[in-house]
Amino acid sequence: MIRILSRMSALALVLGAMTAQAQGADDHDQALIERGAYLARAGDCVACHTAPDGDDFAGGLAIESPFGAIYSTNITPDPDAGIGRYSEAEFAAALRKGKRADGANLYPAMPYPSYARLTDDDLHALYVYFMQGVAPNDHQPQQTDLSFPFNQRWGISAWNWLFADQQPFEPNEQDSDRVNRGRYLVEGLGHCGSCHTPRGIFQQEKALGDDDGDDYLAGANLNGWLAPGLRGGGEDHLGVAGWQAQDIVDYLATGRNAHSAVTGEMTSVIENSTSHMSREDLAAMAAYLKTLPVSDSTDIGSERRISEQKTDQTEQQLRDATALDEGARLYLDNCNACHFADGRGGSGVFPALVGNSQVNADNPTGLLHTMLAGAQLPSTSERPEALMMPGFGWRLSDKEMADLATFVRQGWGNQGSPVTPEDVKKVRNSMDAREGFSGNPEATGANHPDDRAGASAQ
Amino acid sequence: MSITRPDVDVVIIGLGWTGSIMGMELTDAGLNVLALERGGERTKEDFLYPKPADELKYGVRLKMMQRPKQNTVTIRRNAEETAVPQRHWTTFHPGDGVGGAGSHWTGVLYRATPNELALKSFADRTFEPGFLPEDMTIQDYGVTYEELEPHYDFFEKVAGLSGQAGNVQGEIVEGGNPFEGPRQNPFPLPPLPRTLTDTLFTEATQKLGWHPYPYPSANVSGAWTNPYGMQLGPCNFCGFCSNYGCLNYSKASPQTCVLDALKQRENFSYRTNCEVTRIVKSDDGETVTGVRYRDGEGNDVYQPAKMVILASFPLSNVRLLLLSQIGRPYDPVANTGVVGRNFSYQITGSIDMYFKRHQFNPFISAGGSGQVIDDFSPDTFDTAKHGFIGGSYIYTTQGPGGAIGAVKVPPRTPSWGSEWKKNASEHYGHHMMLGTTGTNMSYRDVYLDLDPTYTDPHGDPLLRMTYDWKDNDLRMTQFMAERMREIVAELKPDYHTESFKQVGDHFDPSHYQSTHLTGGAIMGTDPNTSVLNRYLQHWDAHNLFVMGASAFPQNMQHNPTGTVAALTYWSAKHIRERYLDNPGPLMAKEDPANA
Repeated sequence: MIRILSRMSALALVLGAMTAQAQGADDHDQALIERGAYLARAGDCVACHTAPDGDDFAGGLAIESPFGAIYSTNITPDPDAGIGRYSEAEFAAALRKGKRADGANLYPAMPYPSYARLTDDDLHALYVYFMQGVAPNDHQPQQTDLSFPFNQRWGISAWNWLFADQQPFEPNEQDSDRVNRGRYLVEGLGHCGSCHTPRGIFQQEKALGDDDGDDYLAGANLNGWLAPGLRGGGEDHLGVAGWQAQDIVDYLATGRNAHSAVTGEMTSVIENSTSHMSREDLAAMAAYLKTLPVSDSTDIGSERRISEQKTDQTEQQLRDATALDEGARLYLDNCNACHFADGRGGSGVFPALVGNSQVNADNPTGLLHTMLAGAQLPSTSERPEALMMPGFGWRLSDKEMADLATFVRQGWGNQGSPVTPEDVKKVRNSMDAREGFSGNPEATGANHPDDRAGASAQ
Repeated sequence: MSITRPDVDVVIIGLGWTGSIMGMELTDAGLNVLALERGGERTKEDFLYPKPADELKYGVRLKMMQRPKQNTVTIRRNAEETAVPQRHWTTFHPGDGVGGAGSHWTGVLYRATPNELALKSFADRTFEPGFLPEDMTIQDYGVTYEELEPHYDFFEKVAGLSGQAGNVQGEIVEGGNPFEGPRQNPFPLPPLPRTLTDTLFTEATQKLGWHPYPYPSANVSGAWTNPYGMQLGPCNFCGFCSNYGCLNYSKASPQTCVLDALKQRENFSYRTNCEVTRIVKSDDGETVTGVRYRDGEGNDVYQPAKMVILASFPLSNVRLLLLSQIGRPYDPVANTGVVGRNFSYQITGSIDMYFKRHQFNPFISAGGSGQVIDDFSPDTFDTAKHGFIGGSYIYTTQGPGGAIGAVKVPPRTPSWGSEWKKNASEHYGHHMMLGTTGTNMSYRDVYLDLDPTYTDPHGDPLLRMTYDWKDNDLRMTQFMAERMREIVAELKPDYHTESFKQVGDHFDPSHYQSTHLTGGAIMGTDPNTSVLNRYLQHWDAHNLFVMGASAFPQNMQHNPTGTVAALTYWSAKHIRERYLDNPGPLMAKEDPANA
């Protein structure tokens, strides 16, 4: 699966010439290194600074941007290929201001507008970790080479002046310590807004914090997938807005909760970052998110409460199985086994389709991608099972897929718009044929083991 | 060519239920564990809907099973006959690949009763001297129900067992099985929903004064997260259970309950397509030093290990011990030796009833769906009066038999063609089955050894099974047939057909009966009559432990998986708490009472 496609996220171009002070690790630093490692998880540095099948932090992942591919850099302490020569001040400038050691601007694929929130203590811990807790790696990743004018990095200064507010975090005295901790993690290292806050015409996040307008975390379109709005107090709404704090904690820790299961880009965020965070920190993030009211601009797929009556009607239609339209028939034959006639699946195992933000999203791309290619949950320490949904692209035509998607988007009171065969075709054509998890008996897998070459999993 | 791989702490032979459980337990203990699986990799992706829903491939061609051309077993009924190989599987289905039998099992998950684990003691207390046939060789397991209870309890949580407890801490619970041993906790999940056949069975058996209860099912009734954090989804009654991998994450298996958790551990690794050919003995013969195996490329590999866990199917366990010459082979004539001794099977019978007035829905089925009575267990009535030791459970299930294979037609209907079709269509949805599964005692002349004639493709002898029914067990199953006729009389079908073994019948392996093969490497407290001590540790090599139903001294009425798993946890507990700090025999050979 393509891990990161267009998530505007960490990217540091850091071929500095400055000499970093050599610091030997001693026992005293061990706790600091561990804290730095934890913070690097919270910041999900590894996701962008690691190429597919590459070594951790050695860079080389291509991050697609509207201006061309931006390649992530090597942030191991190798003095030549990595950031080994960075002083702590230079390291801080890269994280908070998007300045590399030679003074050039980083592309804002690196979420320095968010990392600007970092406290000095946390920045120090991160620095110690990257210098002493990460092994140097001399891998020289591909250089970013955007076309004119985007190769003129000085131009980013104006962008920074306009859009990166670069304020370190200040706790809000009216809020509890927990909510403040949550705000710090969500706005800062978590850089949740990179995906979940809508962007303006200059690709800037429309708000970098809740004090910056109610577009903050209001939901955004990410290559056609809905990165749903995270605002909402937990009542009377669908999707994340209707979740309780514990639902958010479960989701971030395991990729699944009583209502839903992760798909798309968020899968790797959970795998690499949030599943490694403490329950306390996740609870703080959830507590903070629950303080944000639903705003007019919040995109949670659908804003109204699901009508119980419509939920019952669809369930009855499927149970009777007498007057079925094509979509309902396809649902019974392909989906009902796990998601059931009530559309509610199995708590923590099979996601509910009723009120599901991906199902209800204005743009059906995320839903169609999942239906065509399937999906797999990350294996996390609390929930190791990498549950897999089969893709149905191999057995359903564009027309069938459109009928089925329309049924799912409108059944049980869901409020998605109809899907056309052309919509399906577009998503299908955008996919790599090898992508996903097929239930096709002729594809792979179900052959008898002795039909396969000798495999060694060691 | 021969390759030697780097040393590991533990090598596990076979990555099914017991291998997976041992993997968890011994990696928990900090050991570096390597599992060697004879068959191929098998992941959830292999079971993605609708791959498993292929009756021809899995139900008929048995693609989850060991290939007979790789390895099979020869069968004869007595020492006068010449054993011949099973060239395709009929009466039992030995699994293959990651997950083993745990991937293709039905999902009926039981405990043994306290008396079944100490059957010889029970018999000595219960019957007049001389009542048991002279050639009957039943024994106690050497481990008690009380000792196994916490391990049953834990495994039931691992598997998300669904059903109704009948005895919680000594309190009899209405609707459960009142004859079961006391359990510390209720079932993790409620029973599966009832079908019409369940309701009819329940009403009839209650009228007869018996005690119906829901089949204890590891096809789970609701979403479940187990102690390893692994997850099961609610069963949807698709019916692809026995012989199939579950397409819905609903059947407990190593894949759904253990393996993703195990694979996360850095001190665990596994290799597939690696067939162990010998367990290697040390020069002094007191221990084993590792295993030899043939990898997927045909290399002969020596894998050194500090401990070996033999965790394959019972038949494979016994064969590998015999090939490796560990433990003295059993000789039924001289009555010496132990390896291959006390092989036993399970005795089954059934009735099919036709009701024009009832419309059942056989499209709905699950392996663990059904209702059962245990009123005729070995210790619930006076079996001596009826001339046998033993007992059976009697049940109905709308269980899996395949959408096509399970179709019932009236007697004398041709097995194909337009008349079959006509009858199949008329009778579909009007049949209800009754089944019985019962104990099988062990006998002096029923055993396993190496075949003198037939070999596998590598030249190693096949395992030979010498097996026949005995009058004691046939009288038992005839008694059950009479009880089942009482149920038939209550239910008043339009007609019914019967399939029971009669006294005097001989073993006929031409049709499917059961995959519950037990014994051959049995546990006990006396090295003269058992291969393993009560901790499943080999008497003759203290760093070799042998898991699985090959340890059962005789077969119980219920399905073996629960006891197989509980014994594995029991053994693991003693390995972790006692053996690792002080490797050596956990029981003294000379004086078992001191252990």
